[in-house]
Amino acid sequence: MSIFLNDRSRVIVQGMTGSEGSKHTRRMLDAGTAIVGGVTPGKGGQSVDFGSTKVPVFSSVADAVEATGADVSVVFVPPRFARGAVLEAVDAGIGLIIVITEGVPVKDTAEFFAYAQSKGTSRIIGPNCPGLISPGKSNAGIIPADITPAGRVGLVSKSGTLTYQMMYELRDFGFSSAVGIGGDPIVGTTHIDALQAFEDDPDTDAIVMIGEIGGDAEERAAAYIAEHITKPVVGYVAGFTAPEGKTMGHAGAIVSGSSGTAEAKKQALEAAGVKVGKTPSETAQLMRELLQAL
Amino acid sequence: MDLMEYQAKELFAKHGVPVSLGAVLENAEDAGDAARRLGGRVVVKAQVKAGGRGKAGGVKLADGPDEAVARARDILGMQIKGLTVRRVLIAPTADIREEYYFSYLVDRSARRYLCIASTQGGVEIEVVAHENCEAVAQIPIDPLVGVDEAKAREIVEATGFPPELADQAVEVAKLLWTVFVEEDASLVEVNPLVLLGDGTIEALDGKVTLDENAAFRHPDHVLFDDKASADPLEAKAAAKNLNYVKLDGQVGIIGNGAGLVMSTLDVVAYAGEAHGGVKPANFLDIGGGASAEVMANGLDIILGDKQVRSVFVNVFGGITACDEVATGIVTALDMLGDAATKPLVVRLDGNNVLEGRRILDAADHPLVTLVDTMDGAADRAAELASLALDQEGN
Repeated sequence: MSIFLNDRSRVIVQGMTGSEGSKHTRRMLDAGTAIVGGVTPGKGGQSVDFGSTKVPVFSSVADAVEATGADVSVVFVPPRFARGAVLEAVDAGIGLIIVITEGVPVKDTAEFFAYAQSKGTSRIIGPNCPGLISPGKSNAGIIPADITPAGRVGLVSKSGTLTYQMMYELRDFGFSSAVGIGGDPIVGTTHIDALQAFEDDPDTDAIVMIGEIGGDAEERAAAYIAEHITKPVVGYVAGFTAPEGKTMGHAGAIVSGSSGTAEAKKQALEAAGVKVGKTPSETAQLMRELLQAL
Repeated sequence: MDLMEYQAKELFAKHGVPVSLGAVLENAEDAGDAARRLGGRVVVKAQVKAGGRGKAGGVKLADGPDEAVARARDILGMQIKGLTVRRVLIAPTADIREEYYFSYLVDRSARRYLCIASTQGGVEIEVVAHENCEAVAQIPIDPLVGVDEAKAREIVEATGFPPELADQAVEVAKLLWTVFVEEDASLVEVNPLVLLGDGTIEALDGKVTLDENAAFRHPDHVLFDDKASADPLEAKAAAKNLNYVKLDGQVGIIGNGAGLVMSTLDVVAYAGEAHGGVKPANFLDIGGGASAEVMANGLDIILGDKQVRSVFVNVFGGITACDEVATGIVTALDMLGDAATKPLVVRLDGNNVLEGRRILDAADHPLVTLVDTMDGAADRAAELASLALDQEGN
């Protein structure tokens, strides 16, 4: 098993004919993902040849779902089209919508998230995220598939490259699933959602949680861990040296006044019994010791 | 992007929110005319993107044109939270009877919008909330519905505006909402919203944060960008589309991915503790697919920072291929030629790492040191910066 995604997932790519969309569709196919279609308005009926696989293009998500039975969509469309793309996927009944697109206005995210909530049938991951991988099973997004084999560690992170770094550090143990939830102010799937999914996943033994400055998602995750998570969790928080009032790359990564600091997040996690590493390598070492003791 | 008060008020006026615009000026001598036009007695207010202007002495009353010029002279050029005051707003004095607080913002936890309002405004709302949380109303807003007549009534009732002001307050709540959604703001705050002697409500101050991701819908927002007050290196980086934040340190940082770069700053700061307390000099995320040109632009900015003594290039190749990064570094050093004078410590891992390391080994550039791990490279970069400082000291 794995979280949110599995080897039966049938994946479409919204924006597959764009340069990022086609590049990553090829990589997802190479990683064994069942990509059953692409969606580009006006290009229905065409197909894209990825060497070993020819992937049909549909003009709408509804057409793609009807023809292929797709249940997962990975969204690569430009920021101004992200809202429309997600609303369309929700309406077509896609159960898991992974929004890779960076630079989506927060108002658009607030609206498509509220819409998905009101329908109650779709989980959104992202936007501005690297997606989700279950090594050896399926890869929906842009996380490199060759960093680590399958294993029994689960990982949830706001950051893409820190996800890769941590997978690399613990590659000898392997991962059940790794999910990048994105660094925007509003994200469809939170640390808490992923923690609960890992708690429920029989193939995950321990969890790495990576956070960063901004908002209070890590503090809320800490409270949740104390109450609901029985599996061991190791944490890392980036941004101790970030100055107040400056956005550090991710739209949501900003310390406002005294709120959203890395120190406060670290303290909240430690108070919940989570071991927090000072650096990615120390965090990996904490997980290593923990796994060896299991 | 945070707006200055006068910019926020311009947006308020555009959407019909009651506000007095006053006059914005950069030259203290112009304050006399402005004061005369505005009735003599005025308030001179520093225009900077920072809170706490009043406490810092950036807001002064002036009893006539001559005093307005004197106060403008005091305030222009002043430093508030590290920012230089380049403009003042000359605002007419107001006959204030009551001060309220009103704001709309993105509620990150609840993943929707929130209205925070209180009839006890004019002071820091956090203080009011701390001392008497019942005095501060928090009303959630569904992004799919927004603030319609019913929601505006709910807000006004929950806040406890006096009944005789209810209709006016509802109107202001709706107008401020228009500013919030139509301008793609992530924060609209009015503190204080005031009741004047004539019984009308007016926004006496304004704080607006615009969502830069929505810039494609608002070509006019570029006018709010205050290039003159920006750090010169940040301005130069922005012109090259680089994600750069200037910090106060000696080790220049280049990395890929916001999270990894933030982490790199922390690791360098820890390493610096053992090397004379050197610190990271900047945040610079070159993102995925770092071309030679992007690397050259990044190095150019960092080497232009006089404080920088060493540079740490930290790349984990996920999508980015390490060989392209290595080629980028070599090409960038060629392009910069004699302008590149500071040691570079490079750590590469991930996609095509062996080829990347081979390229750097083959180039054998005297400034470049390749280190295998992030922690080891951070330590080396901090050590080099510290050594350079020591040598300058001798």
